[in-house]
Amino acid sequence: MKLDKQQMLSLLTTMVKIRDFEEKSKDLMLAGKLAGFLHSYSGEEAVAAGVCSELTTQDCICSTHRGHGHIIAKGGNINKMMAELFGKATGYSKGKSGSMHIADISLGIIGANGIVAAGLPIANGVAFALRYEKKDGVVVAFFGDGATNRGTFHEALNLASVWNLPVVFVCENNKFGMSVSQDRHMKIKKISDRAAAYGIPGVTVDGNDPVAVKEAAAKAVDRARSGQGPTLIECLTWRHYGHFIGDPGIYKDPEEQKLWLSPERDPIARFKTRLLDEGIATQAEIDAIDTDIAKQIDDAVAFAESSPDPAPSVMFEDVYHD
Amino acid sequence: MTKTMTYVEAIRDAQRLEMERDPNVFIAGEDVALIGSPFGQTAGILEEFGPERILDTPISESQIIGLGVGAAAMGLRPIVCIDFMDFIGCCTDEVVNQAAKLPYMLGGQISLPMVIRTNIGGGINAAAQHSQCLEAMFTSIPGLKIVTGGTPADVKGLLEGAVRDNNPVLVLEHKAAGGLTGEVPEGEYVLPIGKAAVKRPGTDVTIVTYSTMIYKCLAAAETLAQAGISAEVIDLLSLVPLDKECILKSVEKTGRAVIVHEAVEFGGFGGEIAAIIADEGFDLLNAPVKRVGAPFTPVPFSAVLEKEYQPSEEKIVSVVKSLF
Ligand SMILES: Cc1ncc(C[n+]2csc(CCOP(=O)(O)OP(=O)(O)O)c2C)c(N)n1
Repeated sequence: MKLDKQQMLSLLTTMVKIRDFEEKSKDLMLAGKLAGFLHSYSGEEAVAAGVCSELTTQDCICSTHRGHGHIIAKGGNINKMMAELFGKATGYSKGKSGSMHIADISLGIIGANGIVAAGLPIANGVAFALRYEKKDGVVVAFFGDGATNRGTFHEALNLASVWNLPVVFVCENNKFGMSVSQDRHMKIKKISDRAAAYGIPGVTVDGNDPVAVKEAAAKAVDRARSGQGPTLIECLTWRHYGHFIGDPGIYKDPEEQKLWLSPERDPIARFKTRLLDEGIATQAEIDAIDTDIAKQIDDAVAFAESSPDPAPSVMFEDVYHD
Repeated sequence: MTKTMTYVEAIRDAQRLEMERDPNVFIAGEDVALIGSPFGQTAGILEEFGPERILDTPISESQIIGLGVGAAAMGLRPIVCIDFMDFIGCCTDEVVNQAAKLPYMLGGQISLPMVIRTNIGGGINAAAQHSQCLEAMFTSIPGLKIVTGGTPADVKGLLEGAVRDNNPVLVLEHKAAGGLTGEVPEGEYVLPIGKAAVKRPGTDVTIVTYSTMIYKCLAAAETLAQAGISAEVIDLLSLVPLDKECILKSVEKTGRAVIVHEAVEFGGFGGEIAAIIADEGFDLLNAPVKRVGAPFTPVPFSAVLEKEYQPSEEKIVSVVKSLF
């Protein structure tokens, strides 16, 4: 896949935006300004950036508890996201969801989800509706390695395959389900092998290379859109922090942790080097992206902090619809 | 002899004592072994008892409960853990249709001496899918026992009692209580399942509660005392079986009852207690039975809203006062 300069810079911009959002949220959490659970996407940016760069506005995503990256990559508004983390009235869910349940239906973001592997069966339902209404949208379900051990993963892959649903299943294999490493929670080495059980293509890609992810996504999206059914894409990646901010991650091998955080592995540092080495972008252009994003994130925090708390009556809204 | 312990330490202590006492007791669940559970409830048990008796499972809730059912049917005494009670949604069949019913359907050929440990409640801004008190979904299922302690001593005694019980017992721990401290009996400590405790004697009104709501109820009773109202506070400890006698005996003395729980009021377990009081204690009452619970909405995230959502001491006080 040959990408032009603008496409390459767009991948970088998305990744930087996610990283900055996550680093800022982490700092705010550690400073006691945010409450609840915060599952950082830092280190996994190339997956969301690569996959979502292949989606159009009619396409949808179902996300996870580690969802900020997916939402940003699908075009989510970072002001509303940040305000939601602060539990403010201007947040995506008026302060009722926090980090784990952010959605923007108008953008096809069906939502983050606090229940592991809950998004996959829902993705099938969304895909079914798109096809039913003769829209040619596709749906991406994101989930972790740990999630593939839940029954819902298997039920969803089976139904999507037998019904040829326009879904792309994207497994973010960061090697851990909370504290349990992959070799302790499954016997197989390649999660993409699970696709064989459902008679669909399964591929494993370098999840820290946005171009590799984009290529795999392009193929899978194409297949789904043309009515040939789902694909399972396994993206090998690493979360920089513990399971949530506050988890020291003692179960990680320090050497491995160091390796994955090194500029050779980190998806953003590595991609910047590539852009420079291949003469695609200049340092000044990269710096300009960094500066611009940093300002956007600061603005999002200012927006969130200056927003009002929800009125108590907000609690009673949206339980039912008229 | 007692020792000051946190709530989480008491949970840990109960499990290690039971494992020491009975080699058939083992623990399985997500993240229970290597890191000793997300809130530390099983910390140190892997080191002490080894990987054969405490096992990290994949994220597979149905399998976790199913493992407990099968192993218990064969005579082991599993403690299976579902981190947050909300996730019991993922294995309701194994709890409701398997664990609760097999002994009955099999005409008593097996018993299922298993414990399902899980945590309930809000207060940590964990939002709608990590904060629920779903006990009322299970109190209507014959075959299950359900216990819940709000203090370190109670949680220890109930958990040890649950391990020794020959039935599936749901042990509901409160996730916001982990750091609370209290005096806990040292060594094996077993509370009888099905017995409530009067935590504060009184003469004018009976407050019936369970889990960590006990703290707000005791504080409310103190405030009420200053206003000249003597409240008796009952901690149910066991929801199923329910200690009806303790409740009715108290209402006989006070003539008034207020039921307090963190779960939603509508359809909550308080309704059952109110019905029992109305049914069996109608003549004892000088005022209507009142309930204090959460509003009929999911648990909101925002700290401002969650505070508003949870039943407060002020609310308990004002509802009690409305009876006089
Ligand atoms: C059904 C269910 N079980 C357990 C949990 C608790 N939990 C939240 S995230 C998580 C680990 C998920 O691992 P994985 O799917 O690999 O995603 P990752 O966190 O690595 O992105 C667990 C066990 C949950 N939220 N839902």
